[in-house]
Amino acid sequence: MSIDWKSYDPNGFYDELISSPGYSRAAARTLTSYLRSLSDEEIHERKAAAEHAIVEMGITFTVYTEGGNIDRAWPFDIIPRIIPRKEWLRVEEGLKQRLAALNLFINDLYNDQKILKDKVFPGEVLAQSRNFRDQCVGAEPAHGVWAHICGSDLVRDADGTIYVLEDNLRVPSGVSYMLENRQVTKRVFPELFENYSILPVDEYPSQLFDMLASLSPRPLDYPEVVVLTPGIYNSAYFEHSFLAQRMGAELVEGSDLMVADDDCVYMRTIGGLERVDVIYRRVDDLFLDPEVFNPDSMLGVPGLMRAWRKGNVALANAPGAGVADDKVVYAFVPEIIRYYLDEDPVIPNVPTYRCMNREEREYVLAHLDELVVKPANESGGYGMLIGPHATKRQRTEFAALIRKDPRNYIAQPTLSLSTTPTLCDGHLEPRHVDLRPFILQGVRTDVTAGGLTRVALRKGSLVVNSSQGGGSKDTWIVDTES
Amino acid sequence: MLSRVAERLYWVARYIERAENTARMVMAFSHLALDMPRSVQLSWRSMVTTTGADEGFEHHYQRDDERNCIKFLLADLDNSSSIMSSLTAARENVRTTRDLVPAEAWESVNELYLFGKTNAESGVGKRGRYAFLSEVIARCQQITGLLAGTMSHDHAYDFIRAGRNLERADMSSRLLDVAGIGLLAKGEDQEAFESLLWINILKSLSGFQMYRQHVRRRVSGALVMQFLLQDRQFPRAVAHALGEVESSLANLPRNELPLRFIAQVKRHVQDADIDSLLKPEDLHQFLDQIQKEMAETHDSIVDNWFRLDRAA
Repeated sequence: MSIDWKSYDPNGFYDELISSPGYSRAAARTLTSYLRSLSDEEIHERKAAAEHAIVEMGITFTVYTEGGNIDRAWPFDIIPRIIPRKEWLRVEEGLKQRLAALNLFINDLYNDQKILKDKVFPGEVLAQSRNFRDQCVGAEPAHGVWAHICGSDLVRDADGTIYVLEDNLRVPSGVSYMLENRQVTKRVFPELFENYSILPVDEYPSQLFDMLASLSPRPLDYPEVVVLTPGIYNSAYFEHSFLAQRMGAELVEGSDLMVADDDCVYMRTIGGLERVDVIYRRVDDLFLDPEVFNPDSMLGVPGLMRAWRKGNVALANAPGAGVADDKVVYAFVPEIIRYYLDEDPVIPNVPTYRCMNREEREYVLAHLDELVVKPANESGGYGMLIGPHATKRQRTEFAALIRKDPRNYIAQPTLSLSTTPTLCDGHLEPRHVDLRPFILQGVRTDVTAGGLTRVALRKGSLVVNSSQGGGSKDTWIVDTES
Repeated sequence: MLSRVAERLYWVARYIERAENTARMVMAFSHLALDMPRSVQLSWRSMVTTTGADEGFEHHYQRDDERNCIKFLLADLDNSSSIMSSLTAARENVRTTRDLVPAEAWESVNELYLFGKTNAESGVGKRGRYAFLSEVIARCQQITGLLAGTMSHDHAYDFIRAGRNLERADMSSRLLDVAGIGLLAKGEDQEAFESLLWINILKSLSGFQMYRQHVRRRVSGALVMQFLLQDRQFPRAVAHALGEVESSLANLPRNELPLRFIAQVKRHVQDADIDSLLKPEDLHQFLDQIQKEMAETHDSIVDNWFRLDRAA
C-alpha cells in the first residue's frame, strides 16, 4: 500500500504541498508523484536511513532536565517542505528590508533617538525595555549595523499569506540544523535532487565568515574571528561547534579570552596571546562582561565592553541589539520600516494588540479565548497563552498577569498555521509548520535560501520548538521556471 | 591551539594513565598480599600513603583495613585520584574537547567510565578485584592505542603524549616506593619474600618478560630498580617515560623553561647511583626528590602553556 494523496486532507488549512486532496501544488508535483511511487517498505527504509544518518553525523540538541543535560538525536521528518522560488524572492526582499530598517532603528535608539523625537515610537516603550543597554549609548559599530545575524520566524495563514511572527536579534539559533537537514535529505532522496532545481544552502558558513570578517577593526587579509560559546552545557553548543568548524574559526569560552591593558582582546593559545578581531558571540548580553553586566558571570570576559566601545574588537550581534527583539517593538515594525526607508513593508506583520494601550488591552482581556498572548521578552515558546487551547483557569491567571504588567504583553489572533505532509506512523498526515530564515547583514545583506522549517509533530499542535516536541524538515526553494 | 583545549587534552591523558597505573599498583599489592608468608605483615594503608592521599583517607575512614583502603583507591569519588575519580575527570575532559579527538576515543572513554561505574563496587571485594582491574588496564591501553593510532601527531597529540608519560613516570616511581614499603615489612622469611616482591613489581608494570629478555639475570632489587628507573627502551621505565615527555615538549612553541625542568629530572634519574638506593629510607628519599622535580615540570608546563595572563 503506497501513499494515497486523495486521503490526505489538510482540513481547511493552507497546505504547503497540496492545494486540495489529490491535487498537489505545481512546485511539489515531482515530489508527490515520486512519493506515491514508493512502497510502504521503501518509505520506511528512507526514514530509517535518515535516522541512521542523524546518529552517525552526531546531530544532537540538548534538553535541560533536572538531572542534568541530555543530548538527544535531532527529530527530523524526511518529507521536505517546498516553496516556489518566485514566491521566495519576494520574501527575501522583505526580510532584507526589515533587517535594514531594524538596524537603522537600533542605531538611532543608541545615538540620536530621532524616532522618539518625531513621536513615531513612544518613549515609554523604550523606557521600559528590558533589552535596552545604557552601556551601549553612543556606540557606533561598523557599517552602523547592530544586528548582524537575524533569524525571523515566518508563518503562513489559511489564505496563503506569509507573515513575520517575530525577529530574533539576540543569539538566534537553528541554522546548523538547516544545513544538516539538507545533508540528510541528500542522502535519503538523492534521485530527487537530479530532477529538481533546488537552491543550495551550503554557502551559509562562508557568507557568515565573510560578513564577520568585514567587521574587523584592523584591515587584515585574515582577521582573527572566533565563536564565543557559553560552553558544552548550552543547548545550542552543537551549533556553536558546528559553525566554528565550518568557518575555520576557533571555538572559545570566556576564560580563553582576556582584555589587556591596551584594551584589546587576546586569546590564550599555546603560542602565547593572540589578538582577536571579531567575536561571533553566542552568549547573552548580560553575561558578556562581568565588569559591566552581571558581575557573577563566569561566561564572559572582563573588560570586553571597554574593548568593544573603543572599537578594538567587533561583537556580532552587537550588545544591545536585542532592544529590537521584543514583542512590543515588533508591533511597531511596520511604522519603523516606513519611517526609516519610506517604503511599505513587503511582508506583513501578524496583527498585534499592544496591551499597553487601554483600548487594545480591554479588547484582549475580553477575547482571551481567541487570542495568543505572549510576553515581550521570552523565547522558545515559554510563558505563552494559546487562548483557544487554554483552560478557563489559565485564562484567568493570564488576565491577572496582563493587568499587572500590561507593557510586557502583546496578543495576536490565533493563526491557522499552514500544514505540510509529515510522516506519522508510516503514513502522511498534515502537521503545522513555521519557517526560520536567517539574514546576515554586514557590508551587504544575504538571506538563506529557505531556512529551518520547524514542524509541530503532535497532532493539532501549534508549538514547533524543539524543546517542546517540535521537529524539523528540509526546506526546498524550487525553481520551476528553469 | 587554545590553551584551555591543550590543558584538557593533557589531563585526559594523565587521568587515563592514572586510572591504569592505580589499577596496576593495586593489582601488584594484592598479589603480594596473597604470596606473602603469613609471618610478614603488609599494611594496606601504605598504598594510600604512596598515592599521597593520607589526609583525605583519614577524613572519611576510621579503620585502614583492606576493604577501606581498596575502596578508597578504586571507587571513592571523594578521593580525587581514585580510579573512578580519574575516569570521571577523563570523561569530562574528553567530552569538552570532543571536536579534537577521534570520535572512537570519546566513545571508548565514555564506555570505560560506564564500565567503572557499574563494576567498581565488585572490584573492591577480593574475588572480583582481578577481573575489574585487568579490564580497566586493558581498556586504558585501548584508548592510548586509539589516540596514538588514529589521531594526527600534532600539537594536540604532543600534549596528550606529554601528559601520559609524565603521569607514567610519576606512577612508576611510586610503584618503586611500594617496593620500599614491602622491604620495610619485617618478618622471618624476609629473603624469600624479597624476590617475590620484585617479581610482582615487574609484573605490575608488565615488565617481567622484558626484564628477562633485556637483563637476563636473576631478579634482584638492584637490577630491577635499575631497569625500572634507568632503562631507555622499556616504555614504563622512568627514564624512558621522561624522555618521551622531553621529545613531546620539544615540538611545542616557546618551550625553553619546561624543557629545562624535564632535562634536569631526567638527568637526575639517569645519573642515580643504584647501589646507594638499596636501603628503603634512601630509596624513599630519592624517589621523593624525583617526584618533586616531576611536579615542578608539571607546574612549568601549566604556567608556560595553560595560564597566560599578560600580553606577550
